Parts: sequence; structure tokens; C-alpha cells
Amino acid sequence: MNDMRLTERNVASDTAKMRARKVQVYYGDNHALKDVDVDILDKTVTAFIGPSGCGKSTFLRCLNRMNDTIAGCRVEGEITLEAENIYDRRVDPVQLRAKVGMVFQKPNPFPKSIYDNVAYGPRIHGLTRSKAELDERVEQSLRRAALWNEVKDRLLSPGTGLSGGQQQRLCIARAVATEPEVLLMDEPCSALDPIATAQVEELIDELRENFSVVIVTHSMQQAARVSQKTAFFHLGHLVEYGDTGQIFTNPRDPRTESYITGRIG
Amino acid sequence: MSSSLFTQDARTTARNAAERRFRACGLAAIVLALAALVWLLISIFSAGAPAFRQAFMTFPVTLDEKALDKEGGRDPAKLSKVTTVSYAKLLALGLKAKAEDLGLETTGMKSKDFAKMISEESAASLRDRVLADPTLIGQTIEFTVLASGRVDGYYKGRVTMKTAVKDKNTSPEQLALADKLRAAGVLDIRFNWGFFTMPDASDKRPEAAGLGIAIVGSFLMMALVLVLSLPIGVAASVYLEEFAPKNRWTDLIEVNISNLAAVPSIVYGILGLSIFINFVGLPQSAPIVGGLVLTLMTLPRIIIPTRAALKAVPPSIRDAALGVGASPLQMVFHHVLPLAMPGILTGMIIGLAQALGESAPLLLIGMVAFVRDFPGGFFDPAAALPVQVYNWTVRGDPGFVERASGAIIVLLIFLLIMNAVAIVLRRRFERRW
Ligand SMILES: Nc1ncnc2c1ncn2[C@@H]1O[C@H](COP(=O)(O)OP(=O)(O)OP(=O)(O)O)[C@@H](O)[C@H]1O
Ligand SMILES: [Mg+2]
Repeated sequence: MNDMRLTERNVASDTAKMRARKVQVYYGDNHALKDVDVDILDKTVTAFIGPSGCGKSTFLRCLNRMNDTIAGCRVEGEITLEAENIYDRRVDPVQLRAKVGMVFQKPNPFPKSIYDNVAYGPRIHGLTRSKAELDERVEQSLRRAALWNEVKDRLLSPGTGLSGGQQQRLCIARAVATEPEVLLMDEPCSALDPIATAQVEELIDELRENFSVVIVTHSMQQAARVSQKTAFFHLGHLVEYGDTGQIFTNPRDPRTESYITGRIG
Repeated sequence: MSSSLFTQDARTTARNAAERRFRACGLAAIVLALAALVWLLISIFSAGAPAFRQAFMTFPVTLDEKALDKEGGRDPAKLSKVTTVSYAKLLALGLKAKAEDLGLETTGMKSKDFAKMISEESAASLRDRVLADPTLIGQTIEFTVLASGRVDGYYKGRVTMKTAVKDKNTSPEQLALADKLRAAGVLDIRFNWGFFTMPDASDKRPEAAGLGIAIVGSFLMMALVLVLSLPIGVAASVYLEEFAPKNRWTDLIEVNISNLAAVPSIVYGILGLSIFINFVGLPQSAPIVGGLVLTLMTLPRIIIPTRAALKAVPPSIRDAALGVGASPLQMVFHHVLPLAMPGILTGMIIGLAQALGESAPLLLIGMVAFVRDFPGGFFDPAAALPVQVYNWTVRGDPGFVERASGAIIVLLIFLLIMNAVAIVLRRRFERRW
């Protein structure tokens, strides 16, 4: 945990892109998230860490209202995107999700060609004006996801024919192609080898220039490497939230300390 | 010391024996099912195959002016007063003349006997031909007639010299002459296109009965069922599966759809009779009513497999679509429906096939009526294939039993074609990725 770079970490911006206050999530009677307050800063990578089942994915899904699709799931409290409450009745979740993109825990490419997978978002949102522009956007997205070199000769073959790690990078490319303002990534590297992981981390760092990125990870090293802010969840509570350097070198809560030193999990 | 792998312990032996018993049972069940199927096919094909062949006779007929147009004016009104009886006489004379020309022995044959060898239907078709072209009167034309049901049956084994002795519709002499005519090439047995094109015929003319109107009627009804139940069924399924809230009301609807799929089909006939005919006032025996009734019957049977196909689409695909900002409708049309398409099509074709073979509800809405004129549209009386089968099996003349089996074969062929179409469509829509 004594990564040299930790000390030179500084947060690029102090403006909160998204703000969560007193968020409660219930799955039926199961109170899965309790009183979560987090500010997702603009142009910053925020890491969510915590033991399995503590509610990281649940909270991530609150941020783009993917929980709406789960029957029996109830969200209370307030979450804002640029000071607008995303759970307001006037908000169309479809429009929200175009701004807050998501990469899921399990790779889920469409059963279409690699090209169509990446082009789908730009197409439905009308982001490109011509075929050439779309081609360019597809290539750029695949390059950012560190997949271009592997698939450039078979863009028209099925996306589901790729390996698990390649599929995950395809999903990243698909999410990046719509240029969301906030990108939510749920364990994007859990199926990747170290080389691809390094490439995705590079991508995350690059995305930081324009967007906010929220990443859920089980790898302490990864959280330390890519994020500027870290949130530690435990049993549905947000235990500690702060600068990554501080969390990893000088945690305030004993639970955080035991988790990052590997004593609870 | 551990036991050897080369000897089996008691538990393993018992497990293997259980597996062998289970396999034997499964195999026996399959053999039994196959035997039943083969038996069914053999009995249908042996009974029905003769319907596709028919005895015809071709000989010159003199259209005697004295018999058909005494005054010679060729006045259509007067010509149409001449009944088929006169034409039947001319046909009998023609056949007799031909036999005498060929020098065939005709002892014991009266002119009435010649007439009995010819289908009554042929007199009517000769009359139609003359009325369409009165200039034929006075000429001698080559005319092909259907042999009577008895002569036809003689070549299919239904009628023998022995049964002919007691049969007032034929005689051994007639059959003997038929044999000679056949040797001389006047009578021959050919493929029976008329079975597919001709309308039904009255009780005494099995040789002239065809499936024409039944095929047209069934086709019209299937077209209506397809056009109505595909969009309604798919829309209902998509709504219930993708959009409807899951609550007590949708549970109730779900249970009722399952119940409707299990309702005996004749109940739909009663429903159709009371709603479409008695209340709305649509005509009886018409394909429009039959199609609507079959649509009602088919809808739940399509909704159930369609919903199953939609359910089988992995939820991760829905998440993926929503995650990039697709609207629920885009999610359904771009991703879920294409993936569910093979299952939907299979359900659709099975539903249609059931509707095609359904007779009970059609009986109640009058599709059982005897129809001679081809329907011009959905509102004209028509028949239906399965009802035609039922219709023919209850008639007295054994010639109709053969026709009924033939109609079953036609029905089976249509079902086979529909299944083949289903397989082709499924292959086309199935993605191998
Ligand atoms: N669809 C659901 N229906 C009911 N309960 C759920 C659902 N999804 C999650 N939960 C519950 O919510 C709690 C948090 O789950 P969540 O998926 O957010 O955990 P997580 O932190 O992402 O875990 P992991 O690291 O294993 O992915 C768990 O107790 C889980 O049982
Ligand atoms: Mg998770």
C-alpha cells in the first residue's frame, strides 16, 4: 500500500458532479444501504471498496437509476447530478443514463457484431452525422478500451465470440462511445489479465480529463493506483470516504484499517 | 487398503442397474410411440392414397341438336331449360357408340347401364360447356368424363364383381366392360387434380368431390388468424412481460390466459356463434367468422410461448441496452424481440397448425354447410379442411371414406409445410453467437 504515487495524488477539481444525501435502498424488506452521503467530484476517479455484499453495486446502480428495473427495489434520499435531483418525477431515466454510463460486473455484449455493439449508443442518441464519423467514433472508443488492435480485422464478427476479458473491454468501449459525463464501472477488471488491466487503468486515467469515473473494485492496489477519492462500504454503511492517499495510509475508522490490511472481508 | 477400481462395489452396481432399467424404459417408450405413428401413417395413407387417383373415360359425344335445341334458335333462355338428364343420355349414347366401334362385347348392357358407368357430375360439366359455347350443338366432340364411383372403386378395390351382383348402382357386366375399355385405352386412371380444385359433391357422387372450397376456406381463415393473432399476441406478450407492473391484476391476467389456452375449443365455437353471428350479425359459414373464432382460440396459445421466449432472453442484455441509454421500447425492439424471435415463431406456427386442424368450433358456426360455389371473399360461405374430413366420414357411400382419408393426407401435408417454414424461419433468425 506504500505506493509512491499516493503522496503526489491531488484532486483535480473540488466541484461535486454528483451528490448523494441520506440514500437508503431497500430490496423488499432488506435494508441494503443505510444513510449514504457521498460527493462524486468532477474530473475525478472515485473508488468504491468493501467486502462482498456490502452494497457497492447497489449504490452504483442508484447513480444511473438502474435500480428502477429491479422489482421491489426502493430508493430514498436525494441524489443530484449537477444540482438536479435525478429521482425527481420530471427526470426521464433514459436521458439520465445517456449522461451517466455504466459498465456492468459481468460482461454483457449485445449478440451483434463488435462494430454494432460500439455503434449502438451513438446511433440511438444521434451523436454522429455520417458513417465516416461513426466509424471514427467506433475506432476511437475501441482504442480507448485497449481493444482496437485485437479486433480491427474482425469488426463484423460477433461480440459474444470474444474472450471474457475482451468482452469486458468491448462493454467499456460501448459505454465510452456515448461520451457520458459520469462513467460507472462495476469491477471492470475482474476478468482481465494484468496487461489489459493496466490498459484499462490507463483509460480510466485518461477519461478523468473529461469525465467523472466511479469504479468498484476488490483490488486494493487498483483502487490505490487509479483513484483520487475512495469510499469504503461495510454492511450497507458508508464507513469512510476521503482522499485515496489518506484512506490507504491513515484510515480514521478501525473497520477501514482492518479491511485494507486484509483482516475483514 | 483401498478397494480396487477393477471391481465394482455394491452401490455402483445398483446405480448402474438402475440406469440400465431407466434407459430400457425410455427406449421402450420411444419404440411404442414410433410404432403408433407408423401405424397411423400406414392406415391413413393406405386408405387415403386412392383419392389422389381417379378413373376417367374419353370418347366422342355427339351433341344432338334434336335433344338439346329442338327449335334450333340457340336461344340461351331455352338452352338453359334443358336439364342434365338429356346430357347424361347423350354421354351414355357416346360411350355405347365408342364400345360398339371398338367391337367390344356389350351383351347384357342396356343404355341405362352405360349411363351408370358415367359420373352424374360429367353430365353437368358437359351442360356447362355447351351453355358457354352453344355453337358446339350439332357437333361431335371428344369429351373426358369421370367414371362413376362404382367403376372408380372397382379399380381401387372397393367394389368387386361379387359385390356388384347385389349392387343396384352397378353390375358385373359394367365392370367387365370397364376392363375392356381400359384395355382399349378409353378408360384410364390418372392423377386426380380435381381432388384439389373441385368443390364438394352430393352424396351420390363421391368421384366428383374435391377439396377446392375447403382449401380456399382454410387458407382465408389462416390468413386472418395470422394477420390478427401475430400482432395482438406479440403486443400483449411484450406488454405483460416488459412493461406491465407485477401485481395482483397482472397475476390474474396471467392465470386467465393459461386457463383460456386450456378451454375446450368447442367453447370458442359457442362464443363465436353468440357474439359474431347472433350479436354482430356476421354471416354463417363465412371464413370471417371462422377466422375470428380461431383467432380467439389461438391468441392464448401464442401468448404463452411468446412470453416464455421473452423470459428466456437474458436480463443482462436488457441491462446493457438500458445502460447505454436505450429507452425501454428501443430495448425491446432492438434487442429482446430479435433474440426471442425463434421462440415466438415456433409458438406462432404451432398455434396456427392447431387452428388449421380445428373442427369443433367451426361446426358450431355453420362451416359444416354444403357449399358448391367458391367464396369470393371473407364474407361468402366456405368450407374448411378438418370440417370437410368430418363431413365426408359421416356420408354413406364408401367412396367418401377414401376422400376423407385423402383430405387428412392433404391436411398433414399442409401441417408439414408449416412446420418446415417454422424451421427455416427459426434457422434464419437464430444467431449463432
Ligand atoms: N436484485 C436484488 N434483489 C434483492 N436483493 C439484492 C439484489 N441485489 C443485491 N441485493 C442485496 O443487496 C445487498 C448488496 O448487494 P450488492 O450487489 O450491492 O453487493 P456488492 O457490494 O456489489 O457485492 P460484490 O462485491 O459481491 O459485487 C446484498 O445483501 C444483496 O443480497
Ligand atoms: Mg457488485
